[in-house]
Amino acid sequence: MELHILLLFMIFAAIIAIEVKDLLSSVVAMGTVGFALCVAFLILKAPDLAITQLVVEILCLIILIRATINKDLPLVIEGRWIFNTVSTLVFIAAFLFFGYQALKELPAFGEPLMHVVKKYLEEGTTSTGAVNLVTAVILDFRAYDTLGEATVLFASVIGIMAVLRSPGRKKIEEKEK
Amino acid sequence: MIDNSKTGMSLIVKTITRLTVGLILLFGIYIVLHGHLSPGGGFAGGVIIALSFVHLMLAFGKEVVTSKISKNLASNLESIGALMFLSIAAIGFFGGSFFLNILKKGEPFELFSAGTIPLSNLAISLKVGIGLLAIFLALVILEGAKKER
Repeated sequence: MELHILLLFMIFAAIIAIEVKDLLSSVVAMGTVGFALCVAFLILKAPDLAITQLVVEILCLIILIRATINKDLPLVIEGRWIFNTVSTLVFIAAFLFFGYQALKELPAFGEPLMHVVKKYLEEGTTSTGAVNLVTAVILDFRAYDTLGEATVLFASVIGIMAVLRSPGRKKIEEKEK
Repeated sequence: MIDNSKTGMSLIVKTITRLTVGLILLFGIYIVLHGHLSPGGGFAGGVIIALSFVHLMLAFGKEVVTSKISKNLASNLESIGALMFLSIAAIGFFGGSFFLNILKKGEPFELFSAGTIPLSNLAISLKVGIGLLAIFLALVILEGAKKER
């Protein structure tokens, strides 16, 4: 029940974030979506994910608010709005149709398949020594996934450092000429 | 700590920051070290450690952090974290395969247990925390360079 209220709240906040004119209000609405997701993780009994979601959301909000606080970038919607609305509705209908067809094949919510997970739950603590089973899975059984995530983050940091580097001395001298 | 009344936010924010920033840093280190015992782990703890530095930067102005940690030092530390994680993975070759947990497991519910998992948590926290701090530093330094021109 709480979960459905939270999901409805998140959907409304996301719609507000899209529709509102002011950029800062949009960022704040996105922040409420993130914090509601954090509470949803807590209700679903996933405290590891809740902590990570909370701290990453705070960092993203700080960066986004610092980036948008002094800028006035009003939303411009003009022309072709009939075409835009109709195409959006068509794509939403197609997504819902195929999502309904695909979700019928999946196991019901709260009753997952337990073939592999059962082994992890039974032998996790004895075979890795870690009491926190989430850590045991992400750093022992599925450590390759974590290595991939670390590589993705490393590549993104390298990309940001390359894009945001300060202009070199040679370029400044060329500009002065 | 540089206490210049011209940069940063108001006196109230600075006083509260002086009281809380150490606790936030300690909480991040706790989350990293107890990653195999309680909820949390390397990623969340690393981001909390980075947030304590961001908190300092927001309250006292960017010079407090940029004078101690330059952008190059941050990217070097991040690369060291990534290499640490890879070398922990390579330790497993002594036992036969990649990512094999060959260190002593120890007693459950103790701080020094679970073999390589706490070491991996440390490496990931260094990588993630310093990496996000490096992104923030790059954004802040870019903004400062734009204003000077």
